[in-house]
Amino acid sequence: MKHTISVLLQNKPGVLSRVTGLFSGRGFNIESLSVAETLDSSISCLTLVTRGDEAIIEQITKQLHKLIDVIKVTDIGDSEYVEREMVLIRVKAEAQTRAEVLRVIDIFRGKVVDVSPKSYAVEVTGSTSKVQAIIDILKPIGIQEIVRTGTIAMARASKK
Amino acid sequence: MEKINGSQAIIRCLQEEGVKIIFGFPGGAIIDLFDALMDSDITNVLVRHEQGAVHAADGLARVTGEVGVALLTSGPGATNGVTAIATAYSDSIPMVILTGQVPTALIGNDAFQEVDIVGITRPCTKHNYLVKDAKDLVPTLREAFHIARTGRPGPVLVDLPKDVVAKMIDFPEKKPIRMQTYQPNYEPHQGQIEKACKKILKAKNPVLYVGGGVILSNAHEELTELARKLNIPVTMTLMGLGGFPGSDPLSMGMLGMHGSYAANMAVANSDLLIAVGARFDDRVTGRLDAFAPHATIIHIDIDPTSISKNVKVDIPIVADCKFALTAMNTWFNTSSDFNREQVAASHEPWRATIDGWALKHPMTYIDEGEIIKPQFVIQKLDELTHGDAIITTEVGQNQMWAAQFYKFNRPRQWATSGGLGTMGYGLPAAIGAKMAFPDKTVVDVAGDGSIQMNIQELATARQYNCPVKVVILNNNYLGMVRQWQELFYNKRYAGTVMDITPDFVMLAQAYGAVGLRATKTSEVEAVLKEALATDNTVIMDFVIAREECVFPMVPAGKATTEMLLV
Repeated sequence: MKHTISVLLQNKPGVLSRVTGLFSGRGFNIESLSVAETLDSSISCLTLVTRGDEAIIEQITKQLHKLIDVIKVTDIGDSEYVEREMVLIRVKAEAQTRAEVLRVIDIFRGKVVDVSPKSYAVEVTGSTSKVQAIIDILKPIGIQEIVRTGTIAMARASKK
Repeated sequence: MEKINGSQAIIRCLQEEGVKIIFGFPGGAIIDLFDALMDSDITNVLVRHEQGAVHAADGLARVTGEVGVALLTSGPGATNGVTAIATAYSDSIPMVILTGQVPTALIGNDAFQEVDIVGITRPCTKHNYLVKDAKDLVPTLREAFHIARTGRPGPVLVDLPKDVVAKMIDFPEKKPIRMQTYQPNYEPHQGQIEKACKKILKAKNPVLYVGGGVILSNAHEELTELARKLNIPVTMTLMGLGGFPGSDPLSMGMLGMHGSYAANMAVANSDLLIAVGARFDDRVTGRLDAFAPHATIIHIDIDPTSISKNVKVDIPIVADCKFALTAMNTWFNTSSDFNREQVAASHEPWRATIDGWALKHPMTYIDEGEIIKPQFVIQKLDELTHGDAIITTEVGQNQMWAAQFYKFNRPRQWATSGGLGTMGYGLPAAIGAKMAFPDKTVVDVAGDGSIQMNIQELATARQYNCPVKVVILNNNYLGMVRQWQELFYNKRYAGTVMDITPDFVMLAQAYGAVGLRATKTSEVEAVLKEALATDNTVIMDFVIAREECVFPMVPAGKATTEMLLV
């Protein structure tokens, strides 16, 4: 099962390697990982996507929590949440395919952020499955390079 | 506020924490701290290898319950300490390791004797720090001690760049430490306690399975009270020995790979397993699906990650063992459901079954006349020290025989590398223990292989007038690996034959210690007596039955009921 885990941690040197070292040392896998400061610059938020059965996810969250620099660990999948990922795609765009590429970008509500005579650089944001979908569609046309941010996620606010 | 330099501030922190003895080995990056130590009342023990320093601090920590402190230099000094740090981490021993580091301006430049020790020790410390700003020195040191000794204890490393400890700083006043991100939970959940106690009352065949957590949390009295109150048989892990009196009729001895027949049979046939401060290590459980297959499992542990890590737990209690056992004792003392005589009587058939197992296959060995049996040496040692010596061990057969045949009746008289299994642990740990308790008899039970891994510490023992006794069970083999080769590798003794072993009697003499040897069973007692009566470091070389095996043995990956017996 795929799980998205959000970790609040002290923004200190070496903290990220404590987290990644924990995963490699204990044989847990990381599918994606993204980290940046929160509103409070002394605290970082790390979102990671991992896979495992219930017992493994329980160990992952407990082991993360055991790290001294970790403030809070949330398995976001336990509640309603929104997740987003951004991708930058450099796709071949020559005379005969330019129009088609633009149409696809439009359908995915993407943006062209760089243009060259033979390619477009495209920015698309959405759920991981949406990002994967545009990659799959553009692949036959000719993707030259992609960069993905990895998933970030946030629990939905209470409706009450 | 008065200004002092960083080194003096660190020494003052150590004094604040009650540190009396530290173990160290100097080098360029840590000279300032050694210099400041000279003006303090802290005894600085100069070891002969950094691994020895950290093991000695570990030995001191295990027998006293205090935080052990080691002081190493940068680069190779620090890396030499890593095995011993990992040893302490595996067994949850409270320690603070201070390492020198190159000046901050040189960090990252591949400077002389520079190594990223914080990076290297990240997975084998409870936490670690690189102090880059002198004003952080004192708060960091205080936090390091706090983390080392609270919760599930463990080693904490503090890396100290040379320029940082040379700066002049104010010494801040000590305030209670409150960390936003680290608040270990000591108190048990009362609902879980009640659930566990009610379950215990329903059990017909309960077993208490006790680990090192009972010793770390000083819960032996509460445990003993619970076991006796409810008439529940007790088995201990290697780390738990001494947590319950070994000579008590309720004690089944150690369980697991080299545990007693009775203990392993009892666990396998139990309907309730009460794990207290133990972590279901593979050496304890054997094949997981055959471990305590009929039992409901209650697990008390202060570390939530230990719960349901290897074995699914039915009633978890995340708490300090002492707090949890106290709460259980209180529940039984005040519950109207609990009738002591009735419960005790209801467990008598179970105890009779266990006694039957113990009688059928006791912890034993075959007497071979004048050929010295290692088990006999340990039995004699137990007898002559009245079971009251502090015993440290190396790792391998020597360790298992010591665990099986010495009757540990109190906590903190036993220091052995359980989790990591570090050969070379015993001698420096014995020195640490003896420095802490100069009036106690301290014996390192060793093999001829493992004693050579930190034999240089004999000089430390001599220099500090630290008369530890070393029992070498000498078979000219790396005996435990040889035993596996005999049993599972068609007797192909690859890399386990020690054709050349030093003459340990002469070696002892070379260090100014006393060397004694026994080659016949009839000489064993006299050698032990002479060694124990000698006010000097003594090496006893017992030339034992060469191919003696440790039994019972559960082959790796087998069920614990599938024991090879004597």
